[in-house]
Amino acid sequence: MEGLKKSLLVSVWFMFLVLPIMGVFVDSIGHVVIWRLERVLYVGICTFFLSYLWRFMIRKKEEGRKVDEESGEEQETVLSKIFDNPAVYYPLLAGILIFALAFPELFSMYQVNIMISALIYVVLGLGLNIVVGLAGLLDLGYVAFYAVGAYSYALMNLYWGVNFWFALPIGALLGAFCGILLGFPVLRLRGDYLAIVTLGFGEIIRLILENWGDFTHGPSGISNIPRPDFFGLFTGLSNSIHFMYYMMIVLVIFTIFIVNRLKNSRIGRAWQALREDEIACQAMGIDKVKTKLMAFALGATWAGLVGVVFAAKTSFINPASFTFLESAIILSIVVLGGMGSILGVILGALVLILLPEYLRAFSEYRMLVFGATMVLVMVFRPQGLIRDVRRKIDIKAVKKALGESNE
Amino acid sequence: MDYFWELFFSGLTRGSIYALIALGYTMVYGIIELINFAHGEVYMIGAFVGMVVAGVLTSFGFPAMSIMVLASMAAVVYAAAYGYTLEKIAYRPLRNAPRLSPLISAIGMSIFLQNYVMLSQTSDFLSFPKLTPEFVFLEKYSSVIGSSDFLIIVVAAVVMIALSLFIKFTRMGKAMRATAQNRKMAMLVGVNVDQVISATFIIGSSLAAVGGVLIGSHIGQINFFIGFIAGIKAFTAAVLGGIGSIPGAVLGGLILGWTESFCTGYVSSDYEDVFAFALLVIILIFRPSGLLGKAPVQKV
Repeated sequence: MEGLKKSLLVSVWFMFLVLPIMGVFVDSIGHVVIWRLERVLYVGICTFFLSYLWRFMIRKKEEGRKVDEESGEEQETVLSKIFDNPAVYYPLLAGILIFALAFPELFSMYQVNIMISALIYVVLGLGLNIVVGLAGLLDLGYVAFYAVGAYSYALMNLYWGVNFWFALPIGALLGAFCGILLGFPVLRLRGDYLAIVTLGFGEIIRLILENWGDFTHGPSGISNIPRPDFFGLFTGLSNSIHFMYYMMIVLVIFTIFIVNRLKNSRIGRAWQALREDEIACQAMGIDKVKTKLMAFALGATWAGLVGVVFAAKTSFINPASFTFLESAIILSIVVLGGMGSILGVILGALVLILLPEYLRAFSEYRMLVFGATMVLVMVFRPQGLIRDVRRKIDIKAVKKALGESNE
Repeated sequence: MDYFWELFFSGLTRGSIYALIALGYTMVYGIIELINFAHGEVYMIGAFVGMVVAGVLTSFGFPAMSIMVLASMAAVVYAAAYGYTLEKIAYRPLRNAPRLSPLISAIGMSIFLQNYVMLSQTSDFLSFPKLTPEFVFLEKYSSVIGSSDFLIIVVAAVVMIALSLFIKFTRMGKAMRATAQNRKMAMLVGVNVDQVISATFIIGSSLAAVGGVLIGSHIGQINFFIGFIAGIKAFTAAVLGGIGSIPGAVLGGLILGWTESFCTGYVSSDYEDVFAFALLVIILIFRPSGLLGKAPVQKV
């Protein structure tokens, strides 16, 4: 009864909220008012039921927290349990690899194209994961480095005819350079300040690309960027797309390898320590400046690298591809997938990029769902799809072992 | 010299609007140390509600003066309601979460609200009815300051004075200051912190809505994206003055307004937004606590 009353109130409140925005449309040219009150009613009905769900989920979350506190352990999810089991993990990995290699043979070129962009986002997500997930530095201007990579190839090709394979490392280096350039002034900032400055930086880069018409061709962009050629092999559209697909697969595997090694390296540990507690971390003698700059530079390297691939893939770029929205998408890949978890980021990228492609009918609502999911995930499942499993030392077991040896 | 004064007043007008929005950022930050990323969207929604209500009232044939008052009131009420709901959904469940979480949910909320308005009101620029009455303010200066500029400056000044009086003298204002200083202690001496936080969001959102209606009527068109840039700029203003400080937000807004106005007037109009961001970066490098802000004490 209490719940019914609450839900009714919620639905009335939301109907009130959406009334002027959704319920009325003023055609300002003809001065006609179009009423769409039925939509308001739909919202009311939906929120009535959703509020039940909301309360149920909140209650469940509270209970979960209590259980966690009592047992003193974080509960493992079903997914991470599956992936921890080597008997399942390796065959699964092999299966995925075989599927990935056979993909262009099985599906049409259109599908391969979509897959290439999904793989681009996988690399982007993994790159941002270094900065946000591992080092805990919220970077909202990540797309700027992506733009730097893409434009460096496009411009070098336009003016000097530099080919793809030279541009690839140069794009990566320029990305890293810009990462350091951004990293230096903002080193002292944390959390929210950092977020807003990086956002500003991303916008500055985009605005420069847009307004520096003589050099970057402004909003009309640069077209006719050549696809990569490999010693003259793989000519023709279909072949070159297949080649790009395999190249992306190699790049993704390479990225996973590097990021995985980085995560467990000295510098990776330093990042994670920095994320958890900056002051304690400094007290332990970790060079904060170097560590943060490394995170920015390494994260940006991947963006620059994959930016070159993006320019080659679409063969046309303009500043509209590098808006804040793009940064937000990459960020949500990292967040929804599970900050710090490599597998989570890959899954996040595939889900977020492929799902809207296959649900074309809903593509209008894509960003709406994006935004709502970001909020809901943060509220109910802050660790994302897959929780980053940290290595822990089981103190009880250590004591037991020590105790036994002492006896 | 006329050109200088023209730029001066247009900077003052912009700056007043930035200051109005920046106050919302600063107040929320002062109390829960969180940047309300969706604040710009509340401003945008305020402007849209003002436009829709004005349109409906016009079609019913209301007199111009009452349209102005009713539309502004509706905008304020709705923005306050949105601000309140926003806090309840996206921030309150995350009160004790790590700092990154509320920030990300705020970004999510901002994307959601943008697309919600875009889907229901189209992504086109919609024309905003002229709400301010036309009059000539001091004939000698009529070439440099229009009636709506004048109105914006006056309304913004009145609202800001009212706000500072509210915070200084009322019970809620005192509770707000107490909560801003130390949330736990405020709770211990009997301040209802939840209520204070809600009130902060409501007041901040109302101020943003005032800004939204004023600028909508001044420029004459709005679309779903106006909140994004305005939000970043208002945030810049808040940081410039020292986030958490109310006079700082006003000062920051004015400085930003003038910087933009003079830079676009004397340097180049292409890079209008770049100046604001560049100013933000420079300020953060040399004086991260802002002009009037106190250096943050790190809590261990």
